[in-house]
Amino acid sequence: MYGAIWRLLPGPAWLKAVEALILVAGVVAVLFLWFFPWVAPYLPFDQQTVE
Amino acid sequence: MTAVLDPPPAAPIRHVRPRRRQSPLSVLLGIIGEILITVGLLLGLYVVYQLWWTDIMGDHAQAEISEQFEATLPTSPNTAGEAQLGAPVAEELTPLTAETFARLWVPAWSSGDTFYVRPITEGTDRATVLDPLGIGHYEKTAMPGQIGNFAIAGHRQSHGKPFYSIDKLQEGDELIVETAENWYVYHVMSWDIVKPSDIEVIAPNPTDPTAAPDKAMITLTTCHPLFSTKERYIVHGELVEWMPRDAGRPASLVTGAPA
Repeated sequence: MYGAIWRLLPGPAWLKAVEALILVAGVVAVLFLWFFPWVAPYLPFDQQTVE
Repeated sequence: MTAVLDPPPAAPIRHVRPRRRQSPLSVLLGIIGEILITVGLLLGLYVVYQLWWTDIMGDHAQAEISEQFEATLPTSPNTAGEAQLGAPVAEELTPLTAETFARLWVPAWSSGDTFYVRPITEGTDRATVLDPLGIGHYEKTAMPGQIGNFAIAGHRQSHGKPFYSIDKLQEGDELIVETAENWYVYHVMSWDIVKPSDIEVIAPNPTDPTAAPDKAMITLTTCHPLFSTKERYIVHGELVEWMPRDAGRPASLVTGAPA
């Protein structure tokens, strides 16, 4: 999958590297701003109430 | 001298790597490998999110909520008010779930000129209160100043970690609760490490859960040890003094040069 993505990116290798970094930043942003906040309350890592 | 004929111009050399057909097994292993790497990266990113990003978001959000709440409060003079030792004048506090109704000030957690002050919001659900808003109040427990147990919960790690330094609290440290009408000054009495199922720590009378409450107490709950949710760290405090807002504020919260 990662190899296929790399091959699909246009341009010479240095441009591909820049594009890859932008894609990674985009994925991290989606994770941090939407996916992780949505998933976090359901994961058992952070409970501080007694019940 | 023998004439040397130039060799005919060579065709441009193209290196063609013979593409070996990959066996289905190696394709499968490659896919599994990429999935494992991806899962590993996601987990690593989640740790970074929990331990760094949620603190940035939480600190900012809680500071904003604290300021917004402060704007709704009548002014309280920045002078030491006279401490009242009797039972507080009863205050009508009926916040809805996810409504901020008080603030917690802890001088022991303050540093330099910045006071530790965090909003207290009704409810202890992680998704609606503890993660986005900070400290949550156990519904069905007493309100500040009331006989019974004013029980609150907060994150130890992540989401602004309001109770990160709970283990630094010592007997006698002040836990000050600010509401729209009064300042309530509790003093730390005891602490304990319990199982998550030990709900008697938030009973109206935590020292004797079967008896009726006879003191106005405060209880803080958070997780323990650090980075774990195996146990709960509990701090109990008792109401020692209070004062109405317009009379001033607790001496330890007065800013500026001493008179």
